This record gives sequence, structure tokens and C-alpha cells, in this order.
Amino acid sequence: MAKEDFKKFIIYSLFLGVLILPIVGFPGRSFEAARAFTIWGGIVGILALWLLNKTIRHSDMYQRTAAHLAPLRSTVLRKFTKFPTRYYIFLLLIAVGSYPLLANNYMIDVGITCLIYIVLGLGLNIVVGLAGLLDLGYIAFYAVGAYSYSLLNLHFGISFWLSLPIGIVIGAICGCIIGYPTLRMRGDYLAIVTMGFGEIIRLVLNNWDKLTKGPNGLLGMSKPELIYPAFSKGDFEWVVYSLKSLHALYYLMFVIAILTVIGVRRLDNSRIGRAWVAIREDEVAAELSGVPTTWLKLLAYAMGAAFASVVGAFFAAKLSYTNPNFFIFMESCIVLCIVVLGGVGSIPGVILAGIILIAVPEVFRELQDYRMLAFGLAMAVMMVLRPEGLIPATRRKRELHDMSESTPED
Amino acid sequence: MDNASFIIQQLINAIFLGSIYSLIALGYTMVYGIIELINFAHGELFTAGAFIGIIVLAALQNIGFVETHFVLTLILVFGMAMAYVAVLGVAIEHVAYKPLRKASRLAAILSALGMSIFLSNGMMLSQGVSDRAYPAIFGLKGFSILDARIAYGQIFIVILSLVLMVTLNMFVNWTRLGKAMRATAQNQTMARMLGIDIDRTIRVTFMIGPALGAAAGVMVGMYYGSVRFDMGFIYMIKAFAAAILGGIGSIPGAVLGGMIIGGVEVLWSAFLPSEWKDVTTFVVLILVLYLKPSGILGEHVSETRV
Repeated sequence: MAKEDFKKFIIYSLFLGVLILPIVGFPGRSFEAARAFTIWGGIVGILALWLLNKTIRHSDMYQRTAAHLAPLRSTVLRKFTKFPTRYYIFLLLIAVGSYPLLANNYMIDVGITCLIYIVLGLGLNIVVGLAGLLDLGYIAFYAVGAYSYSLLNLHFGISFWLSLPIGIVIGAICGCIIGYPTLRMRGDYLAIVTMGFGEIIRLVLNNWDKLTKGPNGLLGMSKPELIYPAFSKGDFEWVVYSLKSLHALYYLMFVIAILTVIGVRRLDNSRIGRAWVAIREDEVAAELSGVPTTWLKLLAYAMGAAFASVVGAFFAAKLSYTNPNFFIFMESCIVLCIVVLGGVGSIPGVILAGIILIAVPEVFRELQDYRMLAFGLAMAVMMVLRPEGLIPATRRKRELHDMSESTPED
Repeated sequence: MDNASFIIQQLINAIFLGSIYSLIALGYTMVYGIIELINFAHGELFTAGAFIGIIVLAALQNIGFVETHFVLTLILVFGMAMAYVAVLGVAIEHVAYKPLRKASRLAAILSALGMSIFLSNGMMLSQGVSDRAYPAIFGLKGFSILDARIAYGQIFIVILSLVLMVTLNMFVNWTRLGKAMRATAQNQTMARMLGIDIDRTIRVTFMIGPALGAAAGVMVGMYYGSVRFDMGFIYMIKAFAAAILGGIGSIPGAVLGGMIIGGVEVLWSAFLPSEWKDVTTFVVLILVLYLKPSGILGEHVSETRV
């Protein structure tokens, strides 16, 4: 057994050497041995750690210790899960709510970005997680939201709050436009077509100079405003409070995020949510059981698009600026990564993954360049090793593990 | 320039672009035919081929090999790019596709997509964000028919892609391994029962398809004079549209589809605003999938596949 592993280790190392040395070693015209061999060495080191880990896990001593520790582990786990979920939610709300009081401006900005991506992830979760329709052009709806708010505000002076419902409707219509031709498709065809739609929307925004000012983008949208009555010295008047400060924007986004979580949760447990899951599992059977698959698939697209549209409008309002390059394909990939790593169909998973994927690269700035590299690898590795995600949705976990017939340790 | 030479010029451009799309589309079609999965990383493999081409070419230019042994240089550049990408293709198959062969389709697609993101960013980190200039070895030399300029580079590229396509067709139709590939594509379980090594067949497919893509990558680099880490994306979509249009899983279909997509694109840029030309490809793709998902030469695609 160990000998076999060692052989594998040697073969993989050499194989990776062949792959890595040429492409990494020639950033310019000459071979940079130091750079190439350092990276190769690092990867071989990781492989060696894997070998070590495997050897230890197979050793008698480890297995005996693990057998001793197993009951302890399960009692600790049980203690934690016994604690009602609402306490955790309460703690989380307090932590997220008090975060801007403790953080500086930069960190609040990161917090807002996190919340934006969490809402995007939750919206995509409806399409991918519940209805099982892979959408690679999701960021297009975000763009639709951002641009519809920008245009409405710049041309007609419509306020943020009024343009939200309009943006939601436009987003939902776009969702249906994309959804309708793809109703008959599944899997990889759907993925490519939605990717194409995402690019079409970006290209339209980029090329339609008259309306969108092309790559220069739109500038100067007003911030969201709150209007509240004030009574001073017996006089009654309306006061306009513009949400300009980062704190105010953070709390606005926080409210949007909470509403999204509640909304998605309600959808998940509703008749519609169950119908979506039925479509995901077996479309023919769902149709035969009387589920109106066509409408529900369109609804899934429209719902997902509506959430993205809301955040898009918020994003445009926050920056007072949009341009088509905010909405490239990579952004769709990031949102999809959040959904996949968190666990397809799982709300806490998406929240956790959103925080990890957006905040961690911001905190470690020097790792920023390696962000997408790590995301891509994590996505592939996750699918192979733990397809149910970080925090699996209970339903999903059961079905994935039934299918592969493997018995995981936990 | 009169009408006749304009038509000839556009025709040459269309054939040239079409043969590049065809080569990439062949990679999709072959992989899809065997494992019924779109290789999302194909566009990145194409780009990797272009980068290896640039590396080999620059190295050969440094030692003054290009001037003395021109033909040998071409063979070396294309050969090494194709060999490297074939190895890369097998590696990807082993890491990202093989463990998921029995898993759900969503898992396989996501893993493929993850691999694609990984490769694209790996190339960005190792080769830089900006365009890299390709050493010009063909120059601008060429000849004229009427007023139409035809570069030797274009002619060479079209001939090379024809040779590659014919070789592929011969390989698939006449060799034992090709027969095994066709059998596996038709019915994997039955092929396994008849003693065909499925794993090996899939591995070979993952070598040939990406290698063709790599050749296309080197051609694009040589002709347009620069490569970029993310250029694979747009070629991937176009080649995919070509593969679907021709009928996915069908080798002549991929070539036909590639030629049609190339033709449409050239026609569009000739007469209509060229910044919208990428949109046309998407529209063609969506129309084909909506109206005739099995494509022109494809067999009937069952409900579950589409």
C-alpha cells in the first residue's frame, strides 16, 4: 500500500514538473530556473505532505487513537448541535450589526462587498441550488439592476426606492427572456448558453454608446435617501437624509441581506421551493405529477434575477458609477464559486462561503492575485472530494451520498 | 479594390478563420462524443498551446534556428505545443473528470469550470496580464490574386489545418484505437464488455482533442501576432457554437460548423459594424439550440442530453 502511494507520488511529481516548468519558467524570453523550480518544489512539497498524511492515517497507532477519540468527538458535536439554531442566528446578527462600530472605513467597505456577494450568492442559489439550472451569466442581471437604476436616475431623476421595484421588474423580465429559449436545455448546454447571454448583455452595454456611454460608464447617480418627518418647535417638516456615509450604506445593505435571507428561506420551504427541487431531481416525473415546469423554471430565473437586480441598483448607488467592465464573466464565476463552495442549496453555506471568499483575499492583500487560481482549484477539488459543500443542505447531502454509495467517515 | 477581389479576400479570410474554429470545435466534439461532457477547459488548453508556441519560437529565435531551418522550426513549434497540451489534457482528465464520471452532471460541469478558471489564472500569473507579441516568422510576404492580398502565413495555416483534419479522420475511421473510440462513444457499457479499455480510450481522446486546439492556438498567435491569457474565452464560445451547429459528436459536423461560423463572422465584419460581430455568434448558438439542438449533421439528441 505505502509502496504504491510512493510510486504515485514520484509519478505525479515528475508529471507536474513537465507541466509546470515550461509555462512558469518562461515569463519572458529566457528560462528563469529559480522561479520555476521554487513553484515546482512547493507543489512537490504539498504532494509529500499528502503522502505523509496518508501514511499516518493508515498506521496502526493513528487508527487506534482515532477509535478512542470517536465517542468524545460525537458527544462534543452533539452538544453543539443541541444548542438551538436561533441563538446562533442572534449572535451572528449582533456581530454583523455591530461590525461597523468597530471597523475602519476600509473594513466597512469590505463588509459591504461581502454582503453584496452573499445576496448575489443567495439569488443564484435559487437558480442553481433549488431549480438545478446552471447559470453562468448571472452577473448580467446584476448589471441590469445597476444600469436600470443609473439610467432611471440620470434621465428621469427617479429615486433609489422607486427605481427598486422598476429594476426588479426589468430584471425579472430579462430573466424570463434568458429563461425562455433555454427551457428545453439542461446541464452543459444551458451553462454555455447562459454564459453567452451574459456576454451579450455586457457587449450591448459596452457597444451601445448612446444609451450607456460605452466603456466610459455612467457617472453621478444620487445616493439612496431616507425621508422622515421631524417635529421641531411644533413645526412639522420632512427631512431628507442622504445615505452617503459608509455606515449608512452598510446598514442599508445589511437590511437588504436580511430580507434576502428571509425571502430565500421562505421560498425554500414553500410549495414553489419543493416544486423546484422536484424539477431538479426529475423533470419528467415532476411534470407528470402536475408541476407546471415551464412556469416554475421561468419563475426561478426571474426570482434569481430580481435579487441580483436589487443588489445591482445598490451597487450603482453606492459608487455613483457603473461601467460594463464590472460585469465580466469572472464575476459570474466568483458568485458561482460562492454557491458551490458553500454548498449548493444551503443558505448558511452560501453566507459562510461569501465571507470566506470575499473577505479573506481582502485581508491578505498579497494573496489577491492568487484569488481566482485558488477559487478555481477549490471548485474542482470540492466537486471531487466534498460535492455537498462546506455546510451542506440536509436534503442535498443525503441524496449525494446515497448516489455515490460511499460511506463517509462522519 | 473591385468587387471580385473583395469577394476573394473575404472568402480567404472566411476559410482561414473557419479552419481555426473547426480545429477547436473538433476538440469539443470528440470529448463530448465520448464522455458527454463539454470540456470547459478547452479554451484554456488552446491558450496554453499558443503560449508554448511562443516560448519554443522565442527560444529557437534566440539561437538563430529560425533562419537556418525554417521547416524544422515549424514542426518543432507545432509538435511541442501539441505534445505539451496533450499531456495537460490528460492531467486535467485525471484530476477533474475521471473521479466524477459517475457523479451528477452538475458536479462534473462545475469541476470542469473550476479547472478552466484555475488554468486561465495560472497562465495569467505565469505569463503576465498583458498581450505577448508573437515572433513574426512569416512576415507580411504573400501574393495577390487580382487585388486580393493573400499572406503565405494564411495559406500555410489553412493547409496545416486541412492536414490535421484529414489525419484525424483517418485515425478515427481506420485504426484500432479510432474504432475503440467510436465504440465507446456509441455505448460505453457495451464497449467495456467487449474488452475495450475505456480509461485508455478516454485518455487518448483527451490527448487528441486538446492537441488540435493547441495547434489552433499557435496558428492564431502566429497570424494575429499576439496572445493573451484570456483569449481562449471568445474562441471557446465560437468553437462551441460551431460544434453545436454542426451537430455535437460528429467530426465532419464540427468542420462544417466551424466554416459556417467563420463565414458568418467575416460576412458580418465586412458589411456591418464589427464591434457587434461577437454577438452574432451567440445569437447563432442560441438559435441553433432552440430550433435544432441536434445540429446539421448530428444524430438525434435525446431529451436527457440537451
